Amino acid sequence: MFESAVVVPGLETPHGEAAEVEVLNLTKRFGDFVALDDVSIHVAAGSFHALLGENGAGKSTLVKCLIGYQPADTGSVSVDRRERNISSPREAAALGIGMVFQHFTLAPNLSVAENLLLAQPRLPALLDWKRERAALEAMLAEMPFRVRLDALAGELAAGEKQKVEIIKQLYLKRRFIILDEPTSVLTPGEADELLGYLQTRTQAGKLTVLMITHKFREVMRFADAVTVLRRGKHVAGAKVSETDPQRLAVAMMGAEDAQPKLATPVESGHAAGAEVWQVSALTVIGDRGVPAVDKATFSVRAGEIVGVAGVSGNGQRELVEALLGQRRILGGAVSIDGKPYRQRRHEMQALGVRSLPEEPLRNACVGEMSVADNMALRSFDKAPLARGPWLRPKALAEQARSMIEHFGVRTPGPGAPIASLSGGNVQRAVLARELSEGTQGPVRVLIVANPVFGLDFRAVAAIHARLRAARDAGCAVLLVSEDLDELMELSDRLLVMHAGQIAYACPRAGADVATLGRYMAGETHA
Amino acid sequence: MSAAPARPRPLIDALLPVAALVIALMLFSLFVAMEGQAPLEVLETIFAGAFGDAFGWQNTLLRAAPLILTGLAVAIPARAGLVIIGGEGALAFGALGAAAAALALAGSPNPVIWLGMALAGMLAGGLLIGFAGALRQWRGVNETISSLLISYIAVALMNHFVEGPLRDPASLNKPSTLPLAPEAMLGNLPGLDVHVGLAVGLVCAVLAWVFLRFTIWGFTVRVVGGNPRAAAMAGLAVTPWVIGLCAAGGAMAGLAGMLEVAAVHGSCNASVLVGYGHAGILIAFIARQNPLAVIPAAILIGGIGAAGSLLQRRLDMPDATVLVLQGILFVVLIAMETLRGRAWRMPQLPAPRLAKATPAPEEPA
Repeated sequence: MFESAVVVPGLETPHGEAAEVEVLNLTKRFGDFVALDDVSIHVAAGSFHALLGENGAGKSTLVKCLIGYQPADTGSVSVDRRERNISSPREAAALGIGMVFQHFTLAPNLSVAENLLLAQPRLPALLDWKRERAALEAMLAEMPFRVRLDALAGELAAGEKQKVEIIKQLYLKRRFIILDEPTSVLTPGEADELLGYLQTRTQAGKLTVLMITHKFREVMRFADAVTVLRRGKHVAGAKVSETDPQRLAVAMMGAEDAQPKLATPVESGHAAGAEVWQVSALTVIGDRGVPAVDKATFSVRAGEIVGVAGVSGNGQRELVEALLGQRRILGGAVSIDGKPYRQRRHEMQALGVRSLPEEPLRNACVGEMSVADNMALRSFDKAPLARGPWLRPKALAEQARSMIEHFGVRTPGPGAPIASLSGGNVQRAVLARELSEGTQGPVRVLIVANPVFGLDFRAVAAIHARLRAARDAGCAVLLVSEDLDELMELSDRLLVMHAGQIAYACPRAGADVATLGRYMAGETHA
Repeated sequence: MSAAPARPRPLIDALLPVAALVIALMLFSLFVAMEGQAPLEVLETIFAGAFGDAFGWQNTLLRAAPLILTGLAVAIPARAGLVIIGGEGALAFGALGAAAAALALAGSPNPVIWLGMALAGMLAGGLLIGFAGALRQWRGVNETISSLLISYIAVALMNHFVEGPLRDPASLNKPSTLPLAPEAMLGNLPGLDVHVGLAVGLVCAVLAWVFLRFTIWGFTVRVVGGNPRAAAMAGLAVTPWVIGLCAAGGAMAGLAGMLEVAAVHGSCNASVLVGYGHAGILIAFIARQNPLAVIPAAILIGGIGAAGSLLQRRLDMPDATVLVLQGILFVVLIAMETLRGRAWRMPQLPAPRLAKATPAPEEPA
């Protein structure tokens, strides 16, 4: 991307000096959804500041507002103690603020040298390659790591690309760099090398870094200060020397206020029944080709909710996809009622396996098909929705009308494409299908992942009540959530996932948030 | 989720192909005007050649018969979300398979020969395109590119066998397989000068439509094609369905090849390949991948093709002129597809630079 220079009146850029950035009372709404709620952060000049938070906590929204990618609704940004109206990334660049995105922005069929040079705001019509190249080499000589200037960017490994992205920001003489999960594609060794170099730059007062991350290890090792966001709110801010991973994990997942609730736990009305499903030594390969779920073993009884806690990216998504049948299982076994379960349709129908995956439109619906069709997804091939091989559209519409009424789905009609509904109503439609017994047979096993993500307070309460009702009716529920409050409120037992393994298990009644935090942070020996 | 979902506008969507046809005819008029011809006269001649009289209709329907099938060859896999463009190769394979079956069954009663040829043609075409589907599901190969490349191989193989092992020594200037006995050729529909292939095409289109629209398997196909993740969650077997639909599409094009051999040419030779497979792509796009709509689309494109000779005779234009019209129509049609489902608003002027209130398109991440 070309960033041409923008003249900002009154700008005197002290090159080579770290910038100080202060964000005051930033609020950003998307429709009814409050992505950022009155957030203030002060990033001192020359500091290495970490920004922690679960998915959807507002981290990306915050930095996008900061670099002018999207305007905030209210609030202000000051750079070097002067209030600035940054309304585009170009203006941020003119102030010396740059960002390294999660996805790569290099032109794959140009060389590294060309990529670096092209990033400059102003290029002459004719390039003096000898001079430019000498300048590039001089800059690289100061760095502790090597990149091949003549290699094509597209041929670099992910780690090398990430280095080039960061070098590009340094080459552009940025004084404030925002990194969005910069080490997700790096090995721990590469991550240490890169972050270590940035740390020396900040300590020398040349650079300020604001880093979005999920990894406590990096926060503790490289950052000076840390801010935790949760559901768009600033929930914790501290010097790294004065905090520890388990406190940060608890702040991220949000169980500080769960402690009082523990005194008056909402118990299920009856004791849990027999073990309905067992998962033993389940191994699932992740997107990067390494096991994302590593020999996970657990079981769920009838009439209980088992909650799975963990910092996101520790294998929960892959676990759910494997149990749903969306991801291939590499090893281990899943069995229901003692018999092997292979995610086949006839098994799902016979055993009453249902699921509420996250992002229902992406995982559980066909967007262009109608609400009625989507509500029939589990049972369209059985009487009364089908007679022999023939669909019965009237029966489909009738079932849809009944579900729409019982679950309060707001839709123009059963024939409207489900993608035209709002997020909350898509969620209700899926809930109606997955929890209704009627024509579909009993619900005995339920896989639930982040069921209330992005929903408002009343919708959350309604969905939680439905899950409890299913549990009380004897359903075996596995609830995977990034929200510790939700888990503490609903679960009968808790599991903690870390690095693809079940690191810890305990009954909810005896759950201690500090201990959970320690296991979520991976400090199992402590 | 922050963006307002597009409201369905079936009327505008249905009118898009018609609008594409009108725009394409205007562009084509421009083209023939540059050649010094009167556009209206050219269009009138095309219409006369296609639908002007019984002879024009006969010529049109003769072409429509295989075109319905090659249109289905694209439209059926499209229901599983695949863009298959290897119809020409499947047609070639089908023609070759049918000719080989005719050789093997020579001397049998006619119905046996016809059934054997049809099955062989469908099997050959189905295997070819089914292979492209299997490559996609198991090896992650793009089915559009693989089906096109496989199609070249199929055409080359057909030429190899026709000019080599299966060549009729008596075919001197035009290498062909041994011709069918005249009494073993497929006849015409009663009362029409059009062979029974037209009826075969119509029946296939109607069957495909009924299957996809009214049966539980058709429902399964819509789920698999619409969202494979949701299909997996509902326990539907995505891979067999995708490969099966590819094979079914290939079988349709293979059947078109068989009809060309059994009803038109009497043997398998280079005349079988006149671009019906490629025109099928255009037909399926005009028909919005709806099997029933493939029928009028095939008649339209068949008519344009049939008009070529009249253009040549009456206006002394090359008969490839109608291919130019087909090409323009295809490009305009694909360009119009990007308008589908779009909100119809006046284009917004870029906001002044200092104004802050530009709505952000990004969702909260």
